[in-house]
Amino acid sequence: MGRITPLYQAHVEAGAKIVDFGGWDMPLHYGSQLEEHRAVRSAAGMFDVSHMRHIDVTGEEPRNFLSYLLANNVAKLEKAGRALYTCMLNENGGVIDDLIVYYLGGDSFRLVVNAATADTDLDWIQRNAGDFGKIQITARTDLAMIAVQGPLARQRAAQAISNINDMPAPPDLMDIGVFSAAQSESLFVARTGYTGEDGFEIAMAAENGPVVWQALIDADVMPCGLGARDTLRLEAGMNLYGSDMNESTTPLESGLSWTIGWNPPERDFIGRAALEDQRDHGVPRKLVGLVLLDRGVLRSHQQVSCGERGTGEVTSGSFSPTLSKSIALARVPAGVETGDECTVGVREKNLAARVVDFPFVRNGKSCL
Amino acid sequence: MSEIPSELRYTKSHEWIRTMDDGNLEVGITQHAQEMLGDMVFVELPEVGSTLGGGEDCAVVESVKAASDIYAPIAGEIVEVNDLLRDAPETVNNDPYGDGWLFRMRPVDEGELDELLDAEGYTGVVAADS
Repeated sequence: MGRITPLYQAHVEAGAKIVDFGGWDMPLHYGSQLEEHRAVRSAAGMFDVSHMRHIDVTGEEPRNFLSYLLANNVAKLEKAGRALYTCMLNENGGVIDDLIVYYLGGDSFRLVVNAATADTDLDWIQRNAGDFGKIQITARTDLAMIAVQGPLARQRAAQAISNINDMPAPPDLMDIGVFSAAQSESLFVARTGYTGEDGFEIAMAAENGPVVWQALIDADVMPCGLGARDTLRLEAGMNLYGSDMNESTTPLESGLSWTIGWNPPERDFIGRAALEDQRDHGVPRKLVGLVLLDRGVLRSHQQVSCGERGTGEVTSGSFSPTLSKSIALARVPAGVETGDECTVGVREKNLAARVVDFPFVRNGKSCL
Repeated sequence: MSEIPSELRYTKSHEWIRTMDDGNLEVGITQHAQEMLGDMVFVELPEVGSTLGGGEDCAVVESVKAASDIYAPIAGEIVEVNDLLRDAPETVNNDPYGDGWLFRMRPVDEGELDELLDAEGYTGVVAADS
């Protein structure tokens, strides 16, 4: 048996098909991943994301430390509660992880990192904090987290929380802005997510996870597994660490140039020099969206042929339930343009695909 | 319907076979197979009229998770395919032994059916798989 979250028993009781995910026993689905995907696009679904890791950073001047550690600029987080999405790079500009960083106020920040990289991330953060005075770094393994997502997610989450005894919501719950968070004594609520829908990611003490999960079920939020999580984030054009980028790819080759805080030019951060070098010499590859024109499913590592421009590779692919077509992210030579036709090697055949921008779906509708 | 209907024959690759009144064979995938594969999104069926050897791959069921080849259980000729599955591949998940049938074939030699697994034999295959 792998590691389990505080919600494992709830998954079993809800009929989950449990699979291994990076050493964790997690729900792949509870019957139909297509049904769960549609629930998130049309109403509200929830995901156990307790395997992800909250890392609290406080101390003398954590802001200076994080300004050096992270490629996006935490100076943008002036007001308590504000968050931003960033990569954490090595000296070669390669991506160690992607994460969300929240400013909690005072001298407190919180990073939420991926499950598979949590241990290496923590190690990297601790090793690099040394030059910055008294920094306290705490891995919050005492927390559980539930992501509630969909057009009706926030209102049903608010309903659920109001029905739990002795667990008041943060003040002005429904006024929390996009990419902001607020806390009460027992709940950390962030208006963030990995589906392209509105919603909350809610963290609580591990022992409170099951009661919050049940309250959400009672408020008509559908349990959703990793299968739906992957098709939702892909439709929303959101990268998956390990597939779409890793330590040997830079943000510039991964569709994540927008996450780099280039200004002010005087701000040094780990990997900055390597990125500037790559930018100045011309980035050789880029991440694009693909739509498969034939019947079939695009999958990681399939070869993409772009005519004279050369060849590339699918980084992540799946079936889009909203579009009823297969879509993918692919790393291709930089000369490839939106609208180009290409072929993809799918199960010994060369199938026709078209290069598109991502996201593929916005507000539940096709962007194609 | 039971998970492994007793009146059907089976293969180790999780196909079921029903002998129809006219002597033709109806072929699909089992409850266990559809459960392993997950939600179907595409089904590729053989051409009506094509002749196949026993064990020859002739169809593909593709779920979000993976594509899986389907094999002709014994030698024969395809006489009909389930066109419903083109637009409703999820029928394979919802009714694997009924409306989710994949194709029908005229066998070259019905005797070859005896070499296939019965329900008890297939139960063993599923148990070994779990």
